[in-house]
This record gives sequence, structure tokens and C-alpha cells, in this order.
Amino acid sequence: MTDETAVLSPSAVGPERPAAEGGGRSRPGQVWRSRRYRWDLRWSPYAFVAPFFLFFAAFGLFPLLYTGWASLHQVELTDPDSMTWVGLRNFTRLWDDEFFWNALRNTVTIGLLSTVPQLAIALGLAHLLNYRLRGSAFFRVAVLTPYATSVAAATLVFVLLFGRDYGMVNWALSTVGFDAVDWQNGTFASQFAVSTIVIWRWTGYNALIYLAAMQAVPAELYESAALDGASRFQQFLHVTVPSLRPTIFFTCVVSTIGATQLFGEPLLFNGGAGATGGSDHQFQTLGLYLYEQGWVNLHLGRASAIAWAMFLILLLIAGAARLLRGRKETR
Amino acid sequence: MRALRAGRLTYVVLALFTAGSLFPLVWTAIAASRSNTRLAQTPPPFWFGGNLGRNLQVAWTDANMGTALLNTVIVAGTVAAGTVFFSTLAGFAFAKLRFRGSRPLLALVIATMLIPPQLSVVPLYMLIAKLSWTDRLQAVILPTLVGAFGVFFMRQYLVHALPMELVEAARTDGASSLRVLWHVVFPAARPAMAVLGMLTFVMAWNDFFWPIVALTQNGSPTVQVALTGLGRGYIPDQSVIMAGALLGTLPLLLVFLVFGRQIVGGIMQGAVKG
Repeated sequence: MTDETAVLSPSAVGPERPAAEGGGRSRPGQVWRSRRYRWDLRWSPYAFVAPFFLFFAAFGLFPLLYTGWASLHQVELTDPDSMTWVGLRNFTRLWDDEFFWNALRNTVTIGLLSTVPQLAIALGLAHLLNYRLRGSAFFRVAVLTPYATSVAAATLVFVLLFGRDYGMVNWALSTVGFDAVDWQNGTFASQFAVSTIVIWRWTGYNALIYLAAMQAVPAELYESAALDGASRFQQFLHVTVPSLRPTIFFTCVVSTIGATQLFGEPLLFNGGAGATGGSDHQFQTLGLYLYEQGWVNLHLGRASAIAWAMFLILLLIAGAARLLRGRKETR
Repeated sequence: MRALRAGRLTYVVLALFTAGSLFPLVWTAIAASRSNTRLAQTPPPFWFGGNLGRNLQVAWTDANMGTALLNTVIVAGTVAAGTVFFSTLAGFAFAKLRFRGSRPLLALVIATMLIPPQLSVVPLYMLIAKLSWTDRLQAVILPTLVGAFGVFFMRQYLVHALPMELVEAARTDGASSLRVLWHVVFPAARPAMAVLGMLTFVMAWNDFFWPIVALTQNGSPTVQVALTGLGRGYIPDQSVIMAGALLGTLPLLLVFLVFGRQIVGGIMQGAVKG
């Protein structure tokens, strides 16, 4: 009965157990009950994890594989049932497609513009929150509030704040003597503005993750650093940051994945113009380009190819990060 | 070091961060209480005007905000309840039950977190089109009803929070798995279930990419989908758009006001153990 030792606890398992209430004599009902008991122990773990895997198979795995299949076909949104085999043509077209490369470039730039400052600010913010503070709960909740705001609501506000003629940002710039910036049409300016929305929404969230990791750093490390005469900033640099390296790595991965998928901000930053990502595609990301190809131009096959290209890029980044990390650890 | 008291400068900087975090939200309310003409003037308004009621009303009728809010409550509520329930079941099994294949299965759960949503959006759309679910709420509920994060979160919590002796004692008394689940696991998991429920609710409420593909403004939109419709007019009324944004954000802000500390705790807990 290796199966029984494999389940929960061998001591609690066995046909004798339910028989105890019946005074030790075995009757047919008890035999059946004990058998049911064993089945229960053996199979219920699978029943408990089954819903996840059933849903994942239907709405995760099947679509994943089907995207690959669809990317090798010509499929139109208007008639998704008729698929024409085109081999790798969707992919070769992407390779020659300047809008794809433009979207890839924009995704990288906006990703860097939003992720790097975001994580740096979050680290500093976490450091401040780690002090003994009056009202610390208030500050934590306050900096997390943007996380409760949706992409749509946040972007619509920032569109107004970044307005060219009457926006508050340009008004503030003009009061200190700078020229107004055309935040929606300038390439760098628009990418910077889109990044601001991402930074605003996620900095507090990342700060809390860093804060949690900081609180797990042993106090002795700081004490010995202080004994060696390290200033507070040096302690931050030489104790806090190295201790947080795994957490920083984790947030980098998560933010990179998020940046690759950037969609709502550039879609809505465009006012009413749709999925082009600005009049000159200046802030069209890969996610937005996928949406434009699939749901504006109705080419589902090409959209699938973009999705797979995005996945391959993510895998490349993950591989690079692994190499980088491995080298650091062997040093 | 951890107990190092904050200096005055720390408070000043934190106050600035707080202002930066809250300002766009406060300004949403200010803009929503003004008129479109006032928003097209410099300097921009810094204080509330008298147009809030009118703007809310226009947003409510133009963007169908009442229906949208109701839809979003249904979607986010169902997704949160489903995620919490199924995640607790799976999390308990992975944390406390030994069964063949549990390790590779758990690894599979975690691996699914790495699949970007874009990768499944095309076939998912074809699937719901085939089922004639376009514009129906189940199209956005079912694909997100379970999630790897929830399973992982509950497992991490139950590994420490649920003493094995408790489960074994229930077993010794002859309790079936369902009874153990009901009388031992659920009570022990309740704090984590509450946090996971709130985090999932916030995420489902704010979900954008899939709803905008699966739902339209004319069918049964969620708040996020309805909001995108507000900005699409030829001469969009910015104050009305802001009123819509306010309507879509306010319910979650209320949740934050009440449960903010627990949500903060949940994120930090998930971070340390994750």
C-alpha cells in the first residue's frame, strides 16, 4: 500500500480508524466507509488542483498553441473560421515591416524610460518608508493609491495634464520660463509623457515590495557597517542594495514583462485617433501594434505573428538576464 | 538601524511623494467639477467649481456608466470570489497534501505566470466569437477566473499558517477532505483569502486589454471600456471625461480607504515570500 504512505499522514490512515466507533467489529457499512475514506485521501488533492488546470487548459494553453497555428495562416477578423495556410509569410512580412521595428523600438525606449526611473525612485522611497515614522501606515497607503487607479482613468487625466495649450505641465513650465512642449506629437516628449503614467501608477507598489525586503535585512549588518564608520548613504549603498539584489532582480523581471505588454497608456494617450500610437506612430508599442493589426486592420494571422514575436523577445530577454545573473553569482 | 527615527527632511520628501501620488486623483475631481470651456483656459483650475453634478449626469447617461459600473462589480466580484475559492483549494493541496506529481504540477503553475496575455488574445477572441460570447460578461469572467498568482499566494501562506497537527487531528477524527477544508483550512486561510480577494478585485476592476477586445461600448461594457468611449467624440468634453474617470475610480478608492492597510500588508507579504 505505497499509495497510503504517499498520502497525508500514515498514522491517521487505515481501515481500523473509522471502525473505532463501532467497537472494533467490522460491518459492511464500515468496510465501505473506510474504502471511501481511502479514496478521498488519495484523490481529493487532484480534485483540489483540477479547477486551475482545467481553466488553464481551456483559456491559457489551448490559446497559446493556437496562436502559433494561427500565425501560419491568413485569418480575417470578419471570418475567423476560414484560414488559409501561408507558412511563415506573416513572419517574413513582419521582418520587412517598418512599423513593427518602429513599435519594437518604441517599446524598448518607453520601457527603459519608465522602468529605470520607476525602480530607482521606488528604492529611495522604500528607504524613507523604512525609517521609524509617525503615520507610516498613512504614507504607505498614500503612495499605493495610484495602483488602485485604472489605466484608462489615469491616462485620461494625464492627457489633460500634458495638454499642449492648456495643460498644467506646460503652464508650470511657462511660469518658470520654459517653452511649451508638444507632449502628444514630439517623439521623445510623447514617450516621456507615456512613461510618466507608468511611473506614477507603479512606483508605490514597487516601493512596498522593496520595503518588505528591507525589513528582512538583519540589523547586525547595519551595526557592523556603522562601526566601520560607514555613513548612512554608504550603508544604503553597501548594505541595503546588495541585500536587496534578489528583490531588485525580481522587480526588474516583472517590470520588463509589464513594459513589453504596454498597451492601455499609448492607446488612450492618442485621444480619439485609435491604435496608431500618435499621428506618426511615435508612441505605438508592440501591444498596440498587435491590436491595430488584429482589431483595426482585421488581420488576426498577422496579430498572432506579432504575439509570437513578442514572446520570443521576452524569452531572449529572460535568457540574457539569466546569463547576466549567472555570471554575477559565479564572480 | 531599522528603528532609526526619521528626520524632518524625510517627512518633507514623503509629503512630496504623497502629494504627487494623490494630486492626479484630486485634480480629476477638480476637472470633473468644472466646465469644458474653463478647462481650455490658462492657468488651469486649482479648485473645485460648480459643475460636478451636471458632468456626472452627462457621463452617466452618455457612457452608460450605471450599467458599466454594475457590470464591473459583477465581473470583479465573480473573478475575485472564484480566484479566492479555487486558489485556496489548490494552495491547500500544494501546501499540505502529498500526492504524486505535486512538485512538477506546482512548477507548471508557476511557469504559466510567464505567458504574456497577448499570446492568447487572438484564439481567445476566436473562441468567444464561436461561442457567441462577444459582448457577454462571461467572456471576460471565465478566462480570468483562476490565476497562478493566487494559487502560489495561498500556498505560500498556508505552508506556514496551517499547522499540520490541525489537519492530522481532523483526519484522526475521521473527517473527510471536504470537512477538513471547511472546518480547518478555510478558517486558517481567512486573512490571506481576504487579501487575495481584494488584490484580485482591484486587478479585475482595472483590467483593460482583454475587456476592450471582448466587449464593446454598445454591448455590456465594463467601466474601463465605457471610459474609452467617452473620449471618442469629435469635440470631447474634457470635464465629462473626467467625471467618468472619477466614477470609475471612486469605488476602488473607497475600498482603499477602508482596507488600505490590509492591501499594503498583503503586497508586502506576497513580496517577501514570493
